[in-house]
Amino acid sequence: MKINKFYVVMLLLALVAPFFLYPVFLAKLLCFALFACAFNLMLGYVGLLSFGHAAFLGTGGYITGWLMMNSGITPELAILLGTVVSGALGALYGKLSVKREGIYFAMVTLALSQLVFFIYLQAPFTGGEDGMQGVPRGHLLGLIDLSDNMNMYYFVLAIFLFGFWLIHRTIHSPFGQVLKAIRENEPRATSLGYNVNDYKWVAFTISAALAGLAGSTKTLVFQLASLTDVHWHMSGEVVLMTLVGGVGTIFGPVVGAGVIVTMQNYLSGGELGNYIHIIMGFIFVVCVLAFRSGIVGEFQKVWKRNFG
Amino acid sequence: MSADYVLETRNLVKAFKGFTAVDDVNLQVTRGHIHALIGPNGAGKTTVFNLLTKFLTPTSGQILFNGSDITSMKPAAIARAGVVRSFQISAVFPHLSVLENVRIALQRKEGNSFHFWRSQKVLDKLNDRAVELLDSVGLAEFADAQTVDLSYGRKRALEIATTLALEPELMLLDEPTQGMGHEDVGLVADLIKKVSKGRTILMVEHNLHVVSKLADRITVLQRGAILTEGDYATVSSDPRVREAYMGTAASEEQDRINEEAAAATARKEEVEA
Repeated sequence: MKINKFYVVMLLLALVAPFFLYPVFLAKLLCFALFACAFNLMLGYVGLLSFGHAAFLGTGGYITGWLMMNSGITPELAILLGTVVSGALGALYGKLSVKREGIYFAMVTLALSQLVFFIYLQAPFTGGEDGMQGVPRGHLLGLIDLSDNMNMYYFVLAIFLFGFWLIHRTIHSPFGQVLKAIRENEPRATSLGYNVNDYKWVAFTISAALAGLAGSTKTLVFQLASLTDVHWHMSGEVVLMTLVGGVGTIFGPVVGAGVIVTMQNYLSGGELGNYIHIIMGFIFVVCVLAFRSGIVGEFQKVWKRNFG
Repeated sequence: MSADYVLETRNLVKAFKGFTAVDDVNLQVTRGHIHALIGPNGAGKTTVFNLLTKFLTPTSGQILFNGSDITSMKPAAIARAGVVRSFQISAVFPHLSVLENVRIALQRKEGNSFHFWRSQKVLDKLNDRAVELLDSVGLAEFADAQTVDLSYGRKRALEIATTLALEPELMLLDEPTQGMGHEDVGLVADLIKKVSKGRTILMVEHNLHVVSKLADRITVLQRGAILTEGDYATVSSDPRVREAYMGTAASEEQDRINEEAAAATARKEEVEA
């Protein structure tokens, strides 16, 4: 029940936040939070570190951006298609990578995402180094004007809530039970008759599709799809967000994304702009050395000790 | 005459680089038996297990289950066919509850294991059966505990309950009493006896006392090959077995084995009488 109260409070905060903070910043935060949650489904609940999730974020972004500029369909459809294409790419990449484990899995996903990066760099429709600029936001369902930042924010919030709900449901489903069993003891799961690679593959596909959903939405928010989103830096950043927030906790990646995105936003404008990567690197090292379970994980431990 | 074999291997070989771990093994496991696989360290017992369940691929040879060739089947498929194994180190899911451990095994047959859009509450109808299975190994009161908090012996009991949930025709137990205190050994041995009714068990076991108590038939492996086969009395009186285990001069240990053999024979006679 405590958890439900917590969610209600968070939801109320999210609903009133745009009256106090810049809605585009909040929308960006939600996009990255969704991206990190999708990534965490693999790392936290299957135990596989993908180092290529930027490919799915970027693919969603480019597909949605291209559709909005060239096809005249409504934004919700463009986002849906961006998500589906990312999911399909995830299904393909998952087939190739889930047979590997640990560092090999990370390397295969990295290599595949680099492939995607160079395709988008060369392909004419992406605008190469310049990216896709001036993507129109359009009218939601043909009715609601998304060029209004407040409307955009609430649309993004709805998408985020859907994504978060889906991940929550996946983790607490019969499928999620098998995933946990695989994470806990893979040979045993096999010996109970589960084809573990099939389960990893489905999880990877869901994770990729949701990363694509985050990328599609992000493109609408910024009206821009660029190589930044497919670059391996992005794959690294999402690892950082998840670790800072707490791997394997459902709310951790949201907190981690919040911390990292806020830092980037406020630091990059100021005096410290040039040092941002050093500062983030430092945080990463401190987290790995001292707070292995991240902000949410550590908080849960303290909570358990004192009130559990 | 062809006896009723649940499991049979024909000229099974596993060679690693320059080293033959399993060498031309012809193993026959009779239906309804508790069959023990013994042998000194490094004799290839666990390798045989890994071959039987396809966690390793044989270099050559055949594996037959109920007369049909399962040599090229995948591990998970073999489990679904009815050959379920345990592991040397207790194979549980430590951060799931005791009940969930058993439920994972029951869940597969429900056919909803890929349903990521449904609540796990649909699994609650399996709870009664899971508790029943836990009860059969004396763990019902721990159903809601985190598995990681159980004692070692109880983890092994849980593993057996989980394996039973699949209703396997053939259970492969890899050193079920390894690393256990004296009392736990007795409990697990009784448990194996109890669950062996109506199924076949093939076990690797170091504890000869347990073997003498449980096994209908024993196969002794040495350096990857079968040294001898038979019931406990036959095997334990074979000088080659003693040599394999103890080298040449180990009279003390021999005496102990002889005593146990005598005791086993006595027990058998008791039962038969």
